[in-house]
Amino acid sequence: MIPFIKKRPPFSLKRQPGFGLIAGLCFVMLYAPIITLVVYSFNAGKYISPWEGFSLQWYVAAWGNEAVQDATMRSLFLAVQAGIYSTVLATMAALGTTRTRPFRGLMAIYAMINQPLMVPEIVTAVALLILFAMIKSLTGIQGMFYLVIAHTAFCIPFAYLPIRARLEGMDLNLETAAADLYATPWKTFWRVTLPLLFPGIIAGSMLAFVISLDDVVITEFIKSSGQETLPTYMLGQLRRVVTPEINAISTVLLGLSISVVCLLFFVERRSRK
Amino acid sequence: MRIPKAASNPVSDMQRSRTRKNWLLSAPALVVLAAASSGPLLIVLVYSFLSAGEYGGVVWKFSTDAWFNVVFFRDIFDGTTTFADAHMTILWRSVRLSFITTLITLAAGFPTAYFIATRPRRNRSLWLFLITVPFWTNLLIRTFAILEVIRNEGLINIGLQTLGIIDKPIQMLYTDFAIMVGMTYVYLPLMVLPLYASMERLNFSLVEAAYDLYATRHKVLHRIIIPLVKPGIIAGSILVFIPSLGAFVTPRVLGGGKKMMLGNLIELQFGAGRNWPLGAALSVTLLALVMAALLMYVRTTQRHSGSVR
Amino acid sequence: MVEKQGTGQANTEAPLPAAIYAERVTKAFGEGKKKVLALDDVSLTIEENEFFTLLGPSGCGKTTLLRLIAGFDQPTAGAIMLRDRDISQLPPNQRSVNTVFQDYALFPHMTVAKNISFGLEMLGKPKDYIKKTVGDMLALVKMEELRDRRTDQLSGGQQQRVALARALAPRPQVLLLDEPLSALDYKLRKEMQIELKQLQLETGITFIFVTHDQEEALTMSDRIAVMNAGRILQIGTPRQIYNQPADRFVASFIGRSNFISVEVLSVEGRRARLKLSSGREVISPLPDNWVPRGRVTAVVRPEYAQLVAGSGDEGDLQGVLENIVYLGTDTQYHIRLPDETTFVTRSQNQCQETEAFEDGQSVSVVFKPEAVQVLRS
Repeated sequence: MIPFIKKRPPFSLKRQPGFGLIAGLCFVMLYAPIITLVVYSFNAGKYISPWEGFSLQWYVAAWGNEAVQDATMRSLFLAVQAGIYSTVLATMAALGTTRTRPFRGLMAIYAMINQPLMVPEIVTAVALLILFAMIKSLTGIQGMFYLVIAHTAFCIPFAYLPIRARLEGMDLNLETAAADLYATPWKTFWRVTLPLLFPGIIAGSMLAFVISLDDVVITEFIKSSGQETLPTYMLGQLRRVVTPEINAISTVLLGLSISVVCLLFFVERRSRK
Repeated sequence: MRIPKAASNPVSDMQRSRTRKNWLLSAPALVVLAAASSGPLLIVLVYSFLSAGEYGGVVWKFSTDAWFNVVFFRDIFDGTTTFADAHMTILWRSVRLSFITTLITLAAGFPTAYFIATRPRRNRSLWLFLITVPFWTNLLIRTFAILEVIRNEGLINIGLQTLGIIDKPIQMLYTDFAIMVGMTYVYLPLMVLPLYASMERLNFSLVEAAYDLYATRHKVLHRIIIPLVKPGIIAGSILVFIPSLGAFVTPRVLGGGKKMMLGNLIELQFGAGRNWPLGAALSVTLLALVMAALLMYVRTTQRHSGSVR
Repeated sequence: MVEKQGTGQANTEAPLPAAIYAERVTKAFGEGKKKVLALDDVSLTIEENEFFTLLGPSGCGKTTLLRLIAGFDQPTAGAIMLRDRDISQLPPNQRSVNTVFQDYALFPHMTVAKNISFGLEMLGKPKDYIKKTVGDMLALVKMEELRDRRTDQLSGGQQQRVALARALAPRPQVLLLDEPLSALDYKLRKEMQIELKQLQLETGITFIFVTHDQEEALTMSDRIAVMNAGRILQIGTPRQIYNQPADRFVASFIGRSNFISVEVLSVEGRRARLKLSSGREVISPLPDNWVPRGRVTAVVRPEYAQLVAGSGDEGDLQGVLENIVYLGTDTQYHIRLPDETTFVTRSQNQCQETEAFEDGQSVSVVFKPEAVQVLRS
């Protein structure tokens, strides 16, 4: 018989007792509520719980709900516009603030661009509510314009970060080489800088899109009547008796955000190889 | 032989035109931000010094009533002035819950970040990705998900009842506890990310050196790892504390209007309360608290970076 | 008129304008107290079809000078002429000068062929011409099979060739090479040195090559400018630089040197009679029309001195053999002189060991003719 030898695991420098367990719990904690939410969106019952069998009826209900359709279209319209505008503005700003010797006011520009990240959303929301109410009462102009500009503004820092990171990682010599090979500054930009910057621009615009799509607070404050987006519609619904229809809408919205972020992750991974 | 000319310095001219180009490129973004983000903050400050209109809005008359009302309460019938208990309770709740949330996310986030940082390099980005995915999904939906878990008919209560541990559901929803759980849940990624960033840079040969000099695991953690990742700890704490302080959606959904935080109190003044100046004054107060926290952060990081290198 | 410096080949035909003429060029970085002179009043003439090397330690200003010629930076004072035209203030895309970058700077989002055609496209050359030139260039650097590869899939040596082809494709008047071989391993570097020289002869384009590797400079160059601390110390052919270094820095930067103190007895024309510390007298050739006086420093290359056994009178210097270093191709002998300094000689190894020296033995050093070279400083 082979004598039983208790094998001790080799000493690991990096191990800290209990850390793996806590980390595991964190990951479970992060995903369990989301998974629960998704599971109950398939509940056949009239209320979220108890579970009364599998059904797609709440998806059908949400699909047929005119208010939901309306809010979805508005959310997408808003997110696409804010995504495009903020990306264009952020790209220009990133070109103006990276790879340059520090100049007077550079720090002020940084502070200004990152300002929406520092001020609590509720404060910005209130401020915009006041400003837009003033403009509306003075000029009488209504419309989506207010939401678009507000969303564009708070999306700028999110679009700016990946574009700036990409620019800073870019080899300055490439543009020097283009100039050496007789390219004018304009041609250098179109043929060398922009193509190399493209992954950053894609990442920035996707982040901006997701951030705009998910915004509740600012939209809730500045929307006029009849300007519900999907998140504000849901916030309104939460005051009432909630049915699994909300779960169904949430699941779809979650799916959209997660697929955008996943896409981003894999694009990033491929471009790094 | 030609004499080299010492005309106007072409180098500094070029530098100047480059600076102008940089400003021109940044200008459109700055204009939009000034119009729809930073600029309006000034209007809030102005509004906090106006009188309230009868049906919302303001009357353009200078008044410090709003600021007075932040701290004191004047009875409309007998005119006596008392401390505004309700406001103080809400302010205190905001600070307290934000602080506790920060501590819990730190306690949970530190091991998690360490766990990710010690995975093999090629797996790390995947683990990190798992942390960031919830962050990029809708805050409202995540709060709603927590609501479903902790409500009386939710997963926890039903589970405990089925197991026979309790016979009556525990009321968790609409309590401070609910808000705290919700904020911990939604802001945890904000703690993990900066912690991970500083742990990834950690030079593990320092850990080896500590073990070599007879340190225990516990000592290595306390004397080597924690001091070295301190910038990450500070950054993570600030990143969690600030949005917690200004939280609006989470306390509204999980506190259900009974347990308000500053954000909800501000909303109340612009809605049913119809006291815009008071709402503006409260907003400025919140902004001041956040700025104070940020300033403290900048101070400590500067001191920290100054002492290390 | 352009003033000629150094010992460029005398032009018997109609004088061609120099490919590059730098006139009293100064480049300062920073201002006020932090001001640093990267180039300090440098003048330089580079002839047409020359393989010219800027050699010096890092921070000596050689790359700065190259960047001024390329147009990536502008001189603080002075002028740079390309075939008699002042280009100091021209942007890089209007100069007929191309650069091979140290890290190659190949466009990662383009194929090999697209990289090579980039400059031609920017110049607005016709399509047929571009196609033909790209083909020629690929053939020139032997990269035909890899024309459609992306540049990040190439090895270091291949990237090097593409960078060369890309810079040569527009047929610049001057090609600048900024330490292009430093990223390659030793063997590949040796091969590329030969190839580069060959390429220069084939294309007839003026090459300006920057390096800190003295061996590389000696192998490839027609002429070398040795630089230190923002100044040019000496310009000359590899042979001149090695055999007649202008000063102590040049002598010690290039090859191994023994510095000895000598006394000048007399100067006749371009020859000086010198007295060594041992009392022996030698004749030394002088560069230019310079008259040294009194006690000066002279340099002796280790291979220009021979070791003989015994402390007889026939040696130029006497001492004690201290150390023998066997190096394969040759052997180094370290000799302690009476004044406690060390003198090194080197002799090539033979198949059969002819003479065996031992540590601690008394020896003499015999200088070969013209081995002693007086230094200016």
